[in-house]
Amino acid sequence: MNSPDGSPSAPTATTELTPELPEIAVVGINHNSAPVDLRECLAFSEEESRDTLQALKTYPEIREILVLSTCNRVEMLFTAYEPEKAIQTIKSYISETKSVSESRFEDALYTYRGNDAVRHLFRVAASLDSMVMGEPQILGQVKAAYKTAVDIKGTGVILNRMLHKAFSVAKRIRSETGIGDRAVSISYAAVELARKIFGRLEDKAVLLVGAGEMAELAVEHLNRSRATGPLYVANRTFSVGVDLANRFAGTAISFEEIGETLKSADIIISSTGAADYVITKSQIRPVMRQRRHRPLFFIDIAVPRDIDPAINRIDNAYVYDIDDLQDVIEENIESRKSESVKAERIIDEAVVRFGQWYESLDAVPTIKDLRSKLSAIADAELKKTLHSMDHLSQEDIKALERMNEAIVKKMLHDPMRFLKNPGAHRDKSLYIDLTRKIFNLEEEE
Amino acid sequence: MNLTLLPVIGLYLAGSAGYAGFLFLQREVFNRSAYALVLTGFLLHTLLVGVEYVRAGALPVGNLHETLWFAGWILAGVFLVLWWRLQLKILGVFAAPLITLLAAAAFFVPDTAVHLESDLASLWLVLHVVIIFIGEACLALACCTGILYLIQERNIKGKKHRFFFRRLPSLELLDSSGYTFVAIGFTALTIGLITGFIYAEVEWGRFWSGNPKEVWAAITWLIYAALLHERVVAGWRGRRAAILAIIGFAAMLFTFLGVNFFLEGHHNEFTRW
Repeated sequence: MNSPDGSPSAPTATTELTPELPEIAVVGINHNSAPVDLRECLAFSEEESRDTLQALKTYPEIREILVLSTCNRVEMLFTAYEPEKAIQTIKSYISETKSVSESRFEDALYTYRGNDAVRHLFRVAASLDSMVMGEPQILGQVKAAYKTAVDIKGTGVILNRMLHKAFSVAKRIRSETGIGDRAVSISYAAVELARKIFGRLEDKAVLLVGAGEMAELAVEHLNRSRATGPLYVANRTFSVGVDLANRFAGTAISFEEIGETLKSADIIISSTGAADYVITKSQIRPVMRQRRHRPLFFIDIAVPRDIDPAINRIDNAYVYDIDDLQDVIEENIESRKSESVKAERIIDEAVVRFGQWYESLDAVPTIKDLRSKLSAIADAELKKTLHSMDHLSQEDIKALERMNEAIVKKMLHDPMRFLKNPGAHRDKSLYIDLTRKIFNLEEEE
Repeated sequence: MNLTLLPVIGLYLAGSAGYAGFLFLQREVFNRSAYALVLTGFLLHTLLVGVEYVRAGALPVGNLHETLWFAGWILAGVFLVLWWRLQLKILGVFAAPLITLLAAAAFFVPDTAVHLESDLASLWLVLHVVIIFIGEACLALACCTGILYLIQERNIKGKKHRFFFRRLPSLELLDSSGYTFVAIGFTALTIGLITGFIYAEVEWGRFWSGNPKEVWAAITWLIYAALLHERVVAGWRGRRAAILAIIGFAAMLFTFLGVNFFLEGHHNEFTRW
């Protein structure tokens, strides 16, 4: 998946013409390029990320660096004057610390440079590159990775700006497109539905019928938005129910107590292996009266089904089976895909703007901008002064104009020399960026 | 036609458009500006009603034009207060056009002078009219939330998760807001009716005259009383409560306008043009 020189969008001025500017590059693996066992193998814990940053920072070929490691990706984002050399350094570092031979991950590794690297980061932060597109955790993970890198002083002007842009682009995409609004997993969809029925879930009581893995997953999701409500677990094998109940600080009940518990439970998640309905319509009618018609939400993830679908016809009782939830998810995935087109456009825009800023980091355009700003000020002031001095001859005016030019030139002399060569081991982009800020040469935004 | 009404109607219309924008695009900025527009319209509306009150020295509800204009003003006020208290954003989508409709209807109904049978300066009558209108505005909003509840319930039961499912709030919020509206509206209706009876006693010497207006007012009151009773005693909620709120509002609308148009009752100057 290497795309350093062959990529079609590569021939931008940034990548080739300005050897004085460090190049942005990213190297990594993700869920598309590598199987899970390889990703596990290369993943960095937070502690390891810190050590890695510390270590890689000391290599002279790497200017700025950031390590992003999540369960779906391991990436290193860096700037370097000689990216090839830096990539080699990183590869051998990974191979050494993780004791994996380079040949094992070589093929899974992708590399992006210049604008492609910028685009890649923006897409990752905006969750366009995620396994479940639009999932919200990735932005937090990128932020955490950035914070770690900042703590260790791994980042500089370029990566700082790039990461901040990535955050604002991700935020913009989240608010302007519908990419993150829809549930795309069974348990998320169930929680979303529960919210549409109950509003707040904090104090809602949950009853698990059957202690399967799916039920457990659903409870985990529910518990993120549910703090105080009780949990009941009913299982044919009582001891299994007790185990699960203990894990979530709930109460185990026997199968015979389900009818009684329905009076107080609000959300019922059913996943038994029973061949017949475990809860029937005739059972629910009297219960509704006893619970004063407070809503009941049945989530039936068992196949064959546990909950009589006719219960859905009773007022204030809602039944969703696994197929219903699956339909919700499919619809949502479709709409996320169409939203992603909008998101890609927002990213394209941001990449172009970042590219403009990056190019301005070069000494030549900065000096040019600075000169034209100073000349404009001097010219304007001269004009103002001459306005009230009619007695001056043409000669005098010429002389004053020459003086003006000379002042601008002399004033620019030292800054120019410094910006062209700030010293061997100094980060030039830092000074150029500073100059642009001090003299307010930024036009965008 | 009174052209001074137009800026108010324009502001309400712009507010309605803002809420429509909010419904489709789901941007908070639409929601906020719509609220600001309706609020501005309401302040201007208040000024006009106030001027009219001072000029006539009595409540400006002397004919259908004035009544509609006044009802629109009360509905806008009630909506603004309750929206702010309950944060039920979606309500604006329905309430703002309703307010606009009332104000616009007032604009098109001619403002003809009518011989008044009632003394609109009497304190009991002023209280009666204002409180009843506040109650009716709350019950109108209860009807709106009832309709929204039925739409959302249909979405959830029918497993259709499209446009309205995402835009409407939870059933619980719709149900409890509807309950709040009915509770406030019913209280105001009761107090309004009592002050009306006191006025009748003071002016006409009898509490109850068996007039169609009074009979229909009693029917409306009983519907809402039944709704609240069942809710408190049997825990009726959701669908049935929503349907009753809609039926109650239909009865109220008939009491308010229908009785005067189709049956001969007192309050006739109220709806005459």
